[in-house]
Amino acid sequence: MLAENHIISSCVIERGTVFKDDVMLFENKEADLAEFLLSVYQHFQLNYPKFYKMDNLSKLGWLASEVLLKDIFRNDQYQPEEVGLVLANRNSSLDNDIKYFESAKEIASPSLFVYTLPNIVIGEICIRNNFKGEHGFYIQDTFDAGFIAGQVNYLLDNSILKACICGWVDVLGQDNKAALYLVEKNQTGKSKPFSIKNINSIFETI
Amino acid sequence: MEKDVFVVADNVLSPIGKTTIENFDQLKKNISGVKEQHDPAISPRPFFASLFNDRDINIEPGRTKFEQLLIDSIADALQNSGIDPIDKKTILIVSSTKGNISLLETEEHTPELERRIALSTSARLVAENFGFVNIPIIISNACISGVMGIITGMRLLRTGQYENAVVAGVDVISSFVLSGFESFQALSTQVCRPFDKSRDGLNLGEGAATIILSTDKQYAGNIKVLGGSVSNDANHISGPSRTGQELSFAIDQSLKEAVLSTDDISFISAHGTATPYNDEMEAKAINLSNLQSVPLNSLKGYYGHTLGAAGLIESVISIQSLKEELLLPTPGYNESGVTQSVNVVTDIKPIQAKNFIKTASGFGGCNAAVIFGK
Repeated sequence: MLAENHIISSCVIERGTVFKDDVMLFENKEADLAEFLLSVYQHFQLNYPKFYKMDNLSKLGWLASEVLLKDIFRNDQYQPEEVGLVLANRNSSLDNDIKYFESAKEIASPSLFVYTLPNIVIGEICIRNNFKGEHGFYIQDTFDAGFIAGQVNYLLDNSILKACICGWVDVLGQDNKAALYLVEKNQTGKSKPFSIKNINSIFETI
Repeated sequence: MEKDVFVVADNVLSPIGKTTIENFDQLKKNISGVKEQHDPAISPRPFFASLFNDRDINIEPGRTKFEQLLIDSIADALQNSGIDPIDKKTILIVSSTKGNISLLETEEHTPELERRIALSTSARLVAENFGFVNIPIIISNACISGVMGIITGMRLLRTGQYENAVVAGVDVISSFVLSGFESFQALSTQVCRPFDKSRDGLNLGEGAATIILSTDKQYAGNIKVLGGSVSNDANHISGPSRTGQELSFAIDQSLKEAVLSTDDISFISAHGTATPYNDEMEAKAINLSNLQSVPLNSLKGYYGHTLGAAGLIESVISIQSLKEELLLPTPGYNESGVTQSVNVVTDIKPIQAKNFIKTASGFGGCNAAVIFGK
C-alpha cells in the first residue's frame, strides 16, 4: 500500500471569481472574459509581460497557477525536473483555433498559431517557474478526477516527480473554468489528502 | 518486480501502405509518400507533403476522415491479435494534435459544430464502433502525443489497472495546419532533409498508426516497451531548447527505467523534422546522453511530419526494423548540418538490433523518449 499524497493548495477560477483553498480572493462578475483575466492579473499585482501575448486558455491557466503557488511553493525546494503538470480540458484549444482560423483568412499569424495546441498552457507555466519535469495534456468530456489522480499518483509514487500541479483548464468563448491542485508527497498543516472526494469537492467550489 | 509490457500487434496506415508490412516493404524499396501537392483546398500554392488520395479512404456516413482513419488503423491492428476490445481490462488511448479541426473550414460555426470537433466526440464514436467499454483516454500534447500515448499505456498496464491498451494516433492535413506551419516559415520547398547541411524545414504528412500493448504472459517473447519519459524545456513555446539538456534528460530517464546502458541501444529513431532548430537541439541532446555513435534515422523524408501520429508510426516501423533486423536510412541526408555529430544512417543495412529508442519533441517545449526491446 502506497502512502497517500496531499493537496498542498488549490485554486479555482470560474464565473468571475477566484478561490484559493476554499477562500474567495477576488470577484469581478461584470467583465467579459478578456477583461476579467486582466483584472485578475492586476488584482494580484503580477508583473509578467508575456501574459499579454497569451491566448485566453493560457492566461486562465497561468493566472490559476500563480494564485495556486503564491506564498506556498518555494522554487528552490526542488530540482526543475522534479516538478511537473497533468492537465485536462474539454475543448482543447478550440477557442483560439477559431480565432486563428478567422485571422488566417487574411494572413496567418504564427503568434496565434502557436496557441492552437492545448499543452501550450503547460509550456507557459513551465517557462514561468522553470519546471522541467513530466507533463501531459488530456482531453476529457467531463472532469475525470480518478484518471487525473491515477496519473499524478503514478508520477509521485514512482519518484518521477516530487511535486505536481494537476487539474482542469478550459475556455470556449465566454465559458471558462480552471481548477488547479498542487500535490506533493508530504502533508503540511493546511493540506488535504489527495482523494477523489477532495478533488471533486474542490472542483465544485463555485 | 514491474510487469513486462508486450507489443501484441500494430498497424501503420499511410499514403504508402495500409498495414505495417505493406509500409515496411515500401520503405525497403525506398518509396516515399512525400511529393509536390497541388490542392487548392489546402493551399493556393504547391507544397511538399505526404497526403492520402481521398479516393482510397472509404468514409462511412456519420464519420469524418480523421475518424475513419482511426477506425481502419485500429481494426487492422485488432484483427487476429487475440485482444478483445469489449474486455473491461482493455483501454483505448487516442493521440492527436488537431483531430477534426478541418471541419472549421467547411461547416457553419454552431455550438453543435464545437461538440463535433471535440476530440472526446470522435473518441466515443470510435470506442462505440469496436465496443470498448472503458471511456477512452485522449492525449493532445503537440508532436509528442504519439510517444506519450505509448508511455501512458505502458504505465496504466504496469499499475495493473488494465491488462491491454490499444494506442492509436492520427492527424490529417488541411489548410488550418498547413497555413500555420507556413506562417512559421517551417515548411521545406523540397522533400525534407533531416540533419543535413541544406535542410530548410519540414514536410507535413497524414497518417495513422496503432500499437496494442498487453501484460498478458501469453505474449512473453514479443518485443517489449521497456521505459519512457517526458520532459519540458521551460524555455520557449515555439522554439526548442538551446542546449538539448531536457530531451537528454528524458532519454536518460528512459534508459534508467529500462535498466539499460547506452551500449544496449542498437539504433535511435529520431524526431528529425528537418527544421534547423529541431535537428540541432536533438543532436546536442543525443551527444549529452552519449549516444552520438549509435546509428540514427529519421523517417520524416518518407512520411513527412505526421504530428500526433508521428511517434506511433515511427515506433511501429522501428519495431518492424527490430523484427526484420533491417535498419532504415534517412532519406534526404547527405552531409552533416548539425554542430555536434550524430551517426545518421544513409543506406538500408542489416543490423543485429536488440533495443531502440524513439524520441520526439514539440511546441510547448515538450520532449519525450520511449525504449522498445526484444
